[in-house]
Amino acid sequence: MIIGIDVGGTHTDAVLLDTLRIKKRAKVLTDQKNLIESLTAVTEKIFIGEDPGDIERVVLSTTISTNAIVQGKTDRVGMILAGGPGLPPEMLRIGKDTHFISGYVNHRGIRVAGTDSGEVADIAGIFERENIGHVGIVGKFSTRNPGLETEIGDIMGGRFRHVSFGHLMSGNLNFPRRIATTYLNAATWETYSTFVKNVMDYVGRMRITAPVYILKADGGTSGINQSVGYPVGSILSGPAASIMGILSLTHSREDAIALDIGGTTTDIAIFADGVPLLEPLGMTIGGHKTLIRGLLTRSIGVGGDSRVGYEDGRITIGPERDGPAAAFGGPSPTPTDAMILLGLTDIGDREKALKAIQEVAGYLNRSLDEAAQEVFGLTCRKIISAVREMLGEVNDKPVYTVHEILKGKKITPTIVYIVGGPAGPMAPYIEKMMDVPSCVPEHSEVANAIGAALARTTTEVTLLADTEKGEATIAEEGIQTAIPRGFGHQDAMEMCMKTLRNRALKMGASEDDLDMEIIEDQVFNMVRGMGYATGKNIRIKAQVKPGLIAGFGQEGSDVRQ
Amino acid sequence: MSDSKKRTGLIFFPAFDWAISPTHPEREERLLYTQDQVFEEGLLDLDNIIEFKPGLATTEDINRIHICVPDAHSVITQSHLISAGGAITAAEKVMQKEVDNAFALVRPPGHHAMRIVHGARGFCNINIEAIMVEYIRHKYGHKRIAIVDTDCHHGDGSQDIFWHDPDTLFISIHQDGRTLYPGSGFSDEFGGPNALGYTINVPLPPNTSDEGFLFTLDNLILPILDEFKPDLIINSAGQDNHYSDPITNMSFSAQGYALLNDRLSPDIAVLEGGYSIESALPYVNVGIILAMAGIDYSHVTEPDYDPEATKQTPQTSRYIEQQVAAIYDLWKGRTSRRADLLLKGKEYLHRDRSIFYDTDMISEHQAETVRICDECGGLITIASEASTGNRIFAIIVPGRGCPACRKRGEDIFGSTGKGLYDYIYFQDRDRDIFLVK
Ligand SMILES: [Zn+2]
Ligand SMILES: [Zn+2]
Repeated sequence: MIIGIDVGGTHTDAVLLDTLRIKKRAKVLTDQKNLIESLTAVTEKIFIGEDPGDIERVVLSTTISTNAIVQGKTDRVGMILAGGPGLPPEMLRIGKDTHFISGYVNHRGIRVAGTDSGEVADIAGIFERENIGHVGIVGKFSTRNPGLETEIGDIMGGRFRHVSFGHLMSGNLNFPRRIATTYLNAATWETYSTFVKNVMDYVGRMRITAPVYILKADGGTSGINQSVGYPVGSILSGPAASIMGILSLTHSREDAIALDIGGTTTDIAIFADGVPLLEPLGMTIGGHKTLIRGLLTRSIGVGGDSRVGYEDGRITIGPERDGPAAAFGGPSPTPTDAMILLGLTDIGDREKALKAIQEVAGYLNRSLDEAAQEVFGLTCRKIISAVREMLGEVNDKPVYTVHEILKGKKITPTIVYIVGGPAGPMAPYIEKMMDVPSCVPEHSEVANAIGAALARTTTEVTLLADTEKGEATIAEEGIQTAIPRGFGHQDAMEMCMKTLRNRALKMGASEDDLDMEIIEDQVFNMVRGMGYATGKNIRIKAQVKPGLIAGFGQEGSDVRQ
Repeated sequence: MSDSKKRTGLIFFPAFDWAISPTHPEREERLLYTQDQVFEEGLLDLDNIIEFKPGLATTEDINRIHICVPDAHSVITQSHLISAGGAITAAEKVMQKEVDNAFALVRPPGHHAMRIVHGARGFCNINIEAIMVEYIRHKYGHKRIAIVDTDCHHGDGSQDIFWHDPDTLFISIHQDGRTLYPGSGFSDEFGGPNALGYTINVPLPPNTSDEGFLFTLDNLILPILDEFKPDLIINSAGQDNHYSDPITNMSFSAQGYALLNDRLSPDIAVLEGGYSIESALPYVNVGIILAMAGIDYSHVTEPDYDPEATKQTPQTSRYIEQQVAAIYDLWKGRTSRRADLLLKGKEYLHRDRSIFYDTDMISEHQAETVRICDECGGLITIASEASTGNRIFAIIVPGRGCPACRKRGEDIFGSTGKGLYDYIYFQDRDRDIFLVK
């Protein structure tokens, strides 16, 4: 049996899956001040009468790191940046404890200026005097040569609670994002590791011996103990849980749109041939653009409880939410009230809904029915226009080869999956307006917990082999190794795939779930002077794709009640 | 530097799967390290730098400016349509006011491609800036446009295309033609009879450094631009003046390029040459992008930059000062020089030229005739014969062509039989007509 738990903003949901069946489900209100409390409360509900020995796997999706960041409850972080030429340092500073040092690495991964150990020791001294226990060390192009960062780390010594290294955050190039990611990682490390310890203590008390996983923003999982060094990986896993839930409930294989229509917001995601799209570089959180691998989602301020507002003789929907729908005692008219009035749903107090929509009708000087139609129609149109805009951006993403431009693969959704409270009433309209069939999967109320339960372990590695330098690096694993002159494309592929496989297994993947693919593959001849070939520059990125664990990804393996 | 931020469009197309040949300077690897640097600096995340996907130029776009022999498709690859398309996209974003300025960081380049195209010269098949310029005029109406070509090589293709056009000011600064390909671009190359003074060449001696380039900019180019009052300024942004470039001999730096773009403030910049792909291009391009976007570029320097080692000699400085003064006088006296020329009372002016296509090893002979005209750039006819065996005759009615020149052109096209020629072309820019017989 598998336990999936989603600690959401409002509710914490749990499901107990027995092979392909939902055996139990439970829901409690989330106590934001004490997430572990919500977690134990919901687990106990589904765990009554079960044998801990029957549990094969536990997966958690939590907002612990997200909350810490959004609420500003993070630790003070001492940052050391090795930038070299480029943007002015002032644009790179993150927090008041940022220090710049003189060493740096260039785009080839060649160390242009070495580490000045006195300079680093002075900064370490400042951190100590200021009682800073968490440190981030980030170099420009450190993914091409992690050596400078690790050397700085060595000079800092074991004097600090935690040190986060930029090159371990991601293999992608982007120094400002690497800085932000490393900063957030160091800033949430203490909170997250305490949380993991509490979870493991609880799991021990429950006598569960099955592996425990944490859901990441990319819709994959990581073993919880292995995730301690990389707390930012679990940031914003909420939308990922919902997307993976839709995947597990529908077994999408096509280009598709997924909509999660909630009270305040609607989250949009895109599937290409059934695989959810990833953010090209990384997630944005609390105003920070990062390198955290995450599913591509767009959130708009339109939901069932959005406030209907008035402006220049027209109505507006959202982005504010004043409270629940009027039908549930809220202060303002909402799309939910319109749906009640139109007979699309029979929840809440119809009288209250009617009163609220009367106000809208009065403002628009239209009949009650027309006013309700207008509110409902505008809500659907706003969601659809956001979907179209997002699709446009994805399809217009710049590419850098003649082949890709001419090939121009475009995503053309053939189905729209809709979950969330208003999914049922809205589906027929969205389907008609978009001219694409819709589907409201069953059990979508616990989609998040199911998504967490069934997500497989994902990860990626980025290899750069430079045969002129005679060196290969795989930043995410901190690998920097000598390669022979004859090292070729095939060797690079093998090295990359082997490293990916080991990394995934280390993170807790099972052999059956290693659905690996190459996502970038480029080989350049390096020519110097007047036409003298000096080597090859090989760049390969490979990933374990987001998807469901074996036994759940196939046709006919629907999750049933 | 100016401290006001601008919205800058970036059209980045490194054509990672296109090369003239595997070890040619114009090869797949050329913008690889530039891409790395631009990505690593996180420039595309900045609010005021917006990346756009290049569009594809069309045959019509090419035929508006070039006479390709026998036709456009035989002289280009898809990659050329994308790089010309990238330049057009840059122009579109500026003209639609989506951005304040734009940089087409695209390859392959184009400034050695002339009006008639029998093949590739100087790594160029079609002239992407010229195609962009005529696209702008075709779509947005007539504009006075200045092209400042800062590539180390003389922009002989652009010069050829705009030689007779008084509405396009073409200024090329480059390494002296006596020391570098293509061997042209002397200050007495000054424009055709109807556009005298609207082609300006500034040959600079080898080892000219930042000081010399910026002196020329401040004391010659900017004053001329002030007087010409263009609607748009375009920078043909070649980067082979860099001190580390393997095929040239100049001493310009990344800081110099950034300062130049800051002061020139082009509406559109289009990448041309630049073959120091590892030591120069990453820094030069970041410098140009930041300068265009109005962001502090003072920290963009090459790791090995040594201002003392690249400093030009006092003799070079003196030579440049004299040169600049002389060319400025030439510009100031352009009207009286034209009057002198026209005293001869001819209706047509004729020139014979031999053109060599080094990349494709083709030689061409051209007999060009332009109608002397006070109303427009003048009707042009060109008889061209290439070593490929192709013989063609082209009749070109210029942009804003006057009724007399147009009538004359139509008559010639109507009355000229194919005879010795394989093809006869008729190009009328204003009416966007391109005929072949
Ligand atoms: Zn050049
Ligand atoms: Zn005329």
